[in-house]
Amino acid sequence: MGDLKLPGIDYGALLPMLILFGAACVGILIEVFAPRRSRNVIQLSFAFLAVAASFVAVVAQHNTRKITIGGAVAVDGPTLFLQGSILALGAVSLMLIGERSIERGGPFVSQAAITVGSQKDLKQAGDQPGATEVYPLTLFALGGMLLFVAANDLLTMFVALEVFSLPLYLLCALARRRRLLSQEAALKYFLLGSYASAFFLFGVALIYGFSGGIALSQVHAAVADPQRSQVLLYGGLALIAIGLLFKAALAPFHVWTPDVYQGAPTPITALMAACTKVAAFGALLRILYVAFDGVQWDFQPVLGTIAVLTMLVGAVLAITQTDMKRLLAYSSIANAGYLLVGVLALNEEGLSSTMFYLVAYGFSVLAAFGIVTLVRDADGEATHLARWAGLGRKSPLVAAAFTFILLAFAGIPLTSGFTAKFAVFGAAIEGGQTWLVVFGVVTSMLLAFPYLRVVVLLWLSEPNESTPTVSIPGFLTSAALVIGVVATFALGVVPAPLIDLTRDAAQFVR
Amino acid sequence: MEQTVEFAPASGVLSGIWLLVAIPLASAAILLLLGKRADKWGHWLGVLSVAATFVLGLVFFLNLSGLDAERRSAQISLWDFMAVGNLHVDFGLLFDPLAGVFVLLITGVGSLIHLYAVGYMEHDPGRRRFFGYFNLFVAAMLLLVLGNNYVMLYFGWEGVGLASYLLISFWYTRPSAATAGKKAFLMNRVGDAGLAIGIFLMFATLGTTQYDEVFGNVSALSSTTVLVLGLLLLLGAAGKSGQFPLQAWLPDAMEGPTPVSALIHAATMVTAGVYLIARSHAIFTANTVLQTVVVSVGALTLLMGCIIGAAKDDIKRVLAWSTVSQIGYMFLGVGLGGGAYALAIIHLLAHGFFKANMFLGAGSVMHGMHDQVDIRRFGGLRKYMRWTWLTFMMGWLAIIGIPPLSGYFSKEPIIAAAFERGDWTSWLYGMAALLGAGLTAFYMTRLFVLTFHGPERYTEDNQHPHESPFIMTVPLMLLALGSIGAGWLMSTSVPDWLEPVFGAEEAPHEAVLSHTLITILSLVVTVLGAGLAWAMFRRGTALEPQPAGVVVTAARRNLYTDAINEAVFERPGIYLTRALVFLDNKGIDGLVNGIAAGIGGTSGRLRRLQTGFVRSYALSMLTGAVLVVGAFLAIQLGWLA
Repeated sequence: MGDLKLPGIDYGALLPMLILFGAACVGILIEVFAPRRSRNVIQLSFAFLAVAASFVAVVAQHNTRKITIGGAVAVDGPTLFLQGSILALGAVSLMLIGERSIERGGPFVSQAAITVGSQKDLKQAGDQPGATEVYPLTLFALGGMLLFVAANDLLTMFVALEVFSLPLYLLCALARRRRLLSQEAALKYFLLGSYASAFFLFGVALIYGFSGGIALSQVHAAVADPQRSQVLLYGGLALIAIGLLFKAALAPFHVWTPDVYQGAPTPITALMAACTKVAAFGALLRILYVAFDGVQWDFQPVLGTIAVLTMLVGAVLAITQTDMKRLLAYSSIANAGYLLVGVLALNEEGLSSTMFYLVAYGFSVLAAFGIVTLVRDADGEATHLARWAGLGRKSPLVAAAFTFILLAFAGIPLTSGFTAKFAVFGAAIEGGQTWLVVFGVVTSMLLAFPYLRVVVLLWLSEPNESTPTVSIPGFLTSAALVIGVVATFALGVVPAPLIDLTRDAAQFVR
Repeated sequence: MEQTVEFAPASGVLSGIWLLVAIPLASAAILLLLGKRADKWGHWLGVLSVAATFVLGLVFFLNLSGLDAERRSAQISLWDFMAVGNLHVDFGLLFDPLAGVFVLLITGVGSLIHLYAVGYMEHDPGRRRFFGYFNLFVAAMLLLVLGNNYVMLYFGWEGVGLASYLLISFWYTRPSAATAGKKAFLMNRVGDAGLAIGIFLMFATLGTTQYDEVFGNVSALSSTTVLVLGLLLLLGAAGKSGQFPLQAWLPDAMEGPTPVSALIHAATMVTAGVYLIARSHAIFTANTVLQTVVVSVGALTLLMGCIIGAAKDDIKRVLAWSTVSQIGYMFLGVGLGGGAYALAIIHLLAHGFFKANMFLGAGSVMHGMHDQVDIRRFGGLRKYMRWTWLTFMMGWLAIIGIPPLSGYFSKEPIIAAAFERGDWTSWLYGMAALLGAGLTAFYMTRLFVLTFHGPERYTEDNQHPHESPFIMTVPLMLLALGSIGAGWLMSTSVPDWLEPVFGAEEAPHEAVLSHTLITILSLVVTVLGAGLAWAMFRRGTALEPQPAGVVVTAARRNLYTDAINEAVFERPGIYLTRALVFLDNKGIDGLVNGIAAGIGGTSGRLRRLQTGFVRSYALSMLTGAVLVVGAFLAIQLGWLA
């Protein structure tokens, strides 16, 4: 055995991730040692503190552009912007996760196997502030996402994928209400997620066979060499892409999304819709822009077809949904299609507009799911669309906020939905992908129907007996809603500062 | 003709010209927004705001007259109104000699009519609303004449259109008033569309809508462009001023309260077309075909107005047709160009006085006669309404052009100018103007005699003619003074005053008749027309329509212009809309609903693929994966290339 040379490690550049992973470990210790009564407050504050510290660490190194830890991690403009986005959206998700005033015990249950409504169950709801394990799990997930968007070789990327996926599988199973649905969703997510991970890993193996390395720069160099096996290259690229398309919920790998979004506790759905999307597209951007940009003429049509399919599936299926969470799930699938249009522009504009879209959509979708947590009856959240009829009469403020968010999803001007769509479509036209934009505009029109149908339902129907009451949001949910709505409005009216930021950040290191 | 147009920036007092628009606008906002709370004092606020605007206008006017002739204009730019691409439009105002006289006319006559309306509308529950609209009109009209670019003019143009529409339909519960409002609105749309397209064309060819830049660069345009641009502006002008072929709305607009008829549909708004052409004189003088079209429109309309006016029995409609006819004289004037521009403006100002005078007099008659408007049912009113009679007489003598009243000084020069046009057309337009003078004398005398002289022919027993209150007769007296003196005063001062706007007077063409002869001729036809009418109607007239010849029947039916409009535009329009509705219902809706149903059905079927079983999800993912890998390999192996 020769000398083992340690690679140089820039701890400063890794600090955001280290903070989150460290805090998650400490969180588990808190779970063990902190007294049950004050555990929730301690965990919540600690999680916020960790996210805030990590965000500060990201901001502090905004000028860093380097590859460290033996080429495994790249800290560059997109990495830092996406990490900041994940942390900001994660903080808002944490507000929804930490809400305990809407329901006794909060949305999460720690002993999910206890029969619902039994004496034990009532005692459990009364005694405890729910499952406080959710905080360290969330931190692990967020940490994994930060690593995912920074990963500069395929194995690190795979590890990061698993690190953020496993906590999410768990979190999905913890709903207090409709426990079986929640557990079923978690199991489905886990099985299909593992399946997709297997594709990804197989793809990594093929690419290793193709290029003899796993670093993205090695792949990039190998792509330029026509002597190598093209079958390995394309097979590997396809399989890696499939793994990422699964996480980003693109058709036909979206099938898990409606079931999981519906079954998961709503704050976790919000976390997945906002942060997972950022992470998945961050990784996809890096893979396509850094490693495989040499074969862009070959993957553009295939991924373009997937984008079109995704937009169509999301828009068409959203029309007949009767459940609010499923409706939002299909909306999120369609939005993944729009994001892929931005990605496929394959120019700097495409990179920056996709990042802008991710942030804009993230805040809107957090607000949307935040409102879903408020519309409740005795059985928990009332998610059937018919139940929302006439809500505008009973709770004008909440209904108005939801209407605004729906208009943003529909891409109406003065909302971030408009500026974001405008940005990605503009980038795609610049990148020569006009056909994708045509489909994007057509499906936007289709999607306006389900959104506006909800608006009509909210305002133009008479409230009836079954119209649920809107819970008075606690401080945390109120804050999350205000942040989501204000961000949606602000990014629609003065998008320039954030667009400038994304433009400054739109340069990968290789 | 190369010319540079420059407006001096405003300085000193003149930088406050925006107040002229702001004051009535603020007053209108207060009256319309405060609602019933302002009912008690609202009308006085309305009068006060216009009177204050008049005083301000006078101050600005005097200030302006103190400047050198070359620098006699004041331009301010309040803010950037529109900035889209290359289009930059300032919210800018221009106070120059032309705008100055208009400001004085609008606010001066406007103040008197506002005052009169306090009495006229006393028993109307909607008086505050009326004054709100009235102030809105004044603000819009002032913006129209004060704008320093065509977009500002258009802004005011649409504003007066709105106010006019609201005021014609003021008594909106009456079907006739509602219909008349709609008619005015629709016919004005035609003209406004022309004006709008004209402004677009201006921007497309010159890249600006600013007066100075447009006028300075007209010579760079091809003559076809100038012709099209001028015709579009003329269409707008004809719509607003009730000129052929868009004259039909103006007489119907008399459904509004009489002060509205006096201010908007006689003295000010309907002259906006004349203002537009006078303001755009650089465009109109650049193309002789264009000038001929304007002159023809003017001559034709002035004759039409006279002929129809002679056959009408409704006091306000006679006055309305007379307005159409008099504006025809003004169009004739601006079409002749050169020194006739100033003549048209003088006639416009003089007309503002005497027509407002007569409209208010008619209102006073109606006030005393229980809202009766049929002149066949008046007669001998001079005994009961001394002031109304006397002041109306001044207006009557002024409009038919008896010296030394104002109409003589304003109309006779236009007739003379028509004879000076320079070729055989001098005869055509000169004779038309001369004939118009005789006809005017005939029908105005008929109106005057049937109303105030001859036997009493009141049909309802409860009619007790009485003089109107003081607040209504005082404006009448002041306007009568204007009808008497304004013509002489202006004919000596206005041409010099307007010289900075229209340029120095060119030497006229050789007149086909000597000026003295024309003066004598026009006086002769006037006296003839008036004497004929006096002889025919001094013993009154039948209460019912009498059988009449072809000409009179045609004139009673507005020379069939309404029938032509109906046959040519309205019916085909109705058929077109019906066809479109059919197409929309069956074709487009069918298509849209069909697509929607198709997508909905697809959605419903696709939904079933979402079974909830992990195994089927995994299968669909596998299928997708096989397809994706297959597609990549296919591309690689060249199958799809």
